[in-house]
Amino acid sequence: MFYREAGDFKTSYIEDSQTFPIRLDRWGYYTIIFIAFAVIPFFINDYWANAVFVPFLIYSIAAIGLNILTGYAGQVSLGTGGFMAVGAFACYKLMTAFPEINIIFHILISGGITAAVGMAFGLPSLRIKGFYLAVATLAAQFFLVWLFNKVPWFYNYSASGQISAPERTVFGIAVTGPHTEAWAKYMISLVFVFVLAWVARNLTRGTVGRKWMAIRDMDIAAEIIGVNPLPAKLSAFAVSSFFVGIAGALFFAVYLGAAEVGEAFGPQKSFLVLFMIIIGGLGSIFGSFAGAAFMVLLPVLLKNVLVGGLGWPTDLAAQFEIMLVGALIIIFLIAEPHGIAQLWRIAKEKLRLWPFPH
Amino acid sequence: MKMKVKIAAAALTAVMAAGPALAELVFPSLSYRTGPYAAGGAPFADGYTDYFTLLNERDGGIGGVKTRVVECETGYNTEKGVECYEATKGEGSLVYQPLSTGITYQLIPKASADGIPLHTMGYGRTSAADGTVFKWAFNYPANYWQGASVAINHILDINGGDIKGKKIALLYHNSAYGKEPIRTLEGLSKKHGFELSLIPVDHPGQEQKSQWLQIRREKPDYVLMWGWGVMNQVAIQEAANIRFPMENFIGIWWSGSENDVLPAGAAANGYKALNFHNVGSDYPIFDDIRKYVVDAGKAAGSGDNVGTVLYNRGLYAAMLAAEAARKAQELSGKKDITPADMRDGMEALEITEARMAELGMPNFGPAFKVTCENHGGPGKAAVQQWDAEAKQWKMISDFYEPDMEVIQPLIKADAEAYAKENDITPRECK
Repeated sequence: MFYREAGDFKTSYIEDSQTFPIRLDRWGYYTIIFIAFAVIPFFINDYWANAVFVPFLIYSIAAIGLNILTGYAGQVSLGTGGFMAVGAFACYKLMTAFPEINIIFHILISGGITAAVGMAFGLPSLRIKGFYLAVATLAAQFFLVWLFNKVPWFYNYSASGQISAPERTVFGIAVTGPHTEAWAKYMISLVFVFVLAWVARNLTRGTVGRKWMAIRDMDIAAEIIGVNPLPAKLSAFAVSSFFVGIAGALFFAVYLGAAEVGEAFGPQKSFLVLFMIIIGGLGSIFGSFAGAAFMVLLPVLLKNVLVGGLGWPTDLAAQFEIMLVGALIIIFLIAEPHGIAQLWRIAKEKLRLWPFPH
Repeated sequence: MKMKVKIAAAALTAVMAAGPALAELVFPSLSYRTGPYAAGGAPFADGYTDYFTLLNERDGGIGGVKTRVVECETGYNTEKGVECYEATKGEGSLVYQPLSTGITYQLIPKASADGIPLHTMGYGRTSAADGTVFKWAFNYPANYWQGASVAINHILDINGGDIKGKKIALLYHNSAYGKEPIRTLEGLSKKHGFELSLIPVDHPGQEQKSQWLQIRREKPDYVLMWGWGVMNQVAIQEAANIRFPMENFIGIWWSGSENDVLPAGAAANGYKALNFHNVGSDYPIFDDIRKYVVDAGKAAGSGDNVGTVLYNRGLYAAMLAAEAARKAQELSGKKDITPADMRDGMEALEITEARMAELGMPNFGPAFKVTCENHGGPGKAAVQQWDAEAKQWKMISDFYEPDMEVIQPLIKADAEAYAKENDITPRECK
């Protein structure tokens, strides 16, 4: 009754092709943006920033990045952890080599370096597909972690191979290092998420995105209608790696503050991000957010309910949490193989017809 | 995004549901009873918690104030470690002991900024021993570099002081933890003229066939191991498989628990490991633990770890923390101390033979004293050997002094590098 197109007149092409064609959706979107930018920063504390919002936002960027590659362009990748490591180590090297340059540029350049590395590892995608490509990207994952462990130059010859982020500021406010305020951490992550999600959304509905989807749906047919697979696939790898690299740089510099390549960017990270987009929904920006929320927030929520609320022993709660999250993933995939984004889509369809479904 | 708000609201109610705190001394325990390192994490956490339970039950806490241990499961994972730190720091936590080198590296700057001391006993960042740079971090009574030096001293001892031309291999967990001793060993290899070869094992260390093939080919005279969790068991089994002489295989203190040697059975006989405290349950304190904690049904975890090496280590860590808290109460004249008081207490800590005997732990560890410059203690460690028949660890040496001549300049250099990278001016020690 309230959620409908009727009465919402579009008088220009721009209005007709907007992301949220339904008024209620638009309002919802503006409200969330308003709350995220103008309300949460005033109430956030260290726990909420470090345990909930910052990891959620950073994983969302990584999930959007992988979703561009896997969900939109159809190229399966298991190298996300390795590419995040490239972003993190690039950021670390830049931060320590050029301390006078603003951290924002370092993070963007880290994304660019990761994009170049991603394109190099994307070259095999022109010859191999599906599982074979997944194995090739998994090789990238192992190679990159090995590289950052083996070559001391990457970690500035520190005794232990750990990298730690020194304090860097944006407009005089610390955003990395131990003296960062909770809201500053949150805001820098949020700004990156907002801009990148906006870019991703608009890339995927323009020419570039349509080419990716054509390649995903059937590459031979795409070639016949004039899509050149080389630039299409490589641009997907480049854009995806750019996103993942920025996620890696933020993950190290803003969120963790210190990282060890094998532990923070191991293969389990690649799988975690892949699970996020599968559960959230392939080929959907909303799905990337939903999947990141599911995988990051659910364990924290369960822990707080079981240990904080019900007073369970921590080990029992941790084991139960692993089982419950696993079971939920399976149930989700059986009930809705297209992920949370599809559930959301169905809910919207139903809402449009409500209360007269026939 | 809407989902997030709902989850956040639910999580908030869950956090709110936790009750308010009374006047008490809070000791967080960032433990891991799950994951590939649980076999080591669980006994340590049990020992740590049981000691505070004992203090509450027997003495009514420390100086009349009850203690409370807040446990948080990290799974040896740094992201969960961050979550645990943030979740517990608001409760008035006095000192953090994360039992993970990775989490330690993360917490050193954070805890320093928040003004909460960090005690990384026998692990963590070695250069935290330099109290002028690392005001809030402590790693007494021993650290990895001292451990590496003690292991070499033991080898020197066996060989009558000359190990020129000997081959020593370091089998290490390929992480910050395992890489720690490399610098010291390189320094020592220059000094004593032995040949050092480095053999990394990747997390979690279940697959070591190629490493042991390399050892079989290179035939080192001694193998040192920096392993943790399942890596230790696998390494000892593999060493037995290639018939490497066990008495020439020496582990760091984290590679010397019952869990590590029992799976290899009789083949593990003679395996050596370092330790900075004593083994066994032949101390008066264990009678009290049985009486007040285990028999009263208040033991942490399953209660079957009492007297194992890592349980004793947890107990020792808790004892040092409790003694520092006592010292802090004495110095500040308050019963209900703050983390800043706790730091002062830790820096003024002195453990004497007489005090250990009073606590029912005579000769449990070396006597030592912490100072403003030296947060690392003396670094003495002894060698223990596994007797597979009796299923017992036996101390076979006294506590060795490490070679500080090699280590001190390394600590100085690393601390200086850290200070420079993070714009810290080393403080003056009066």
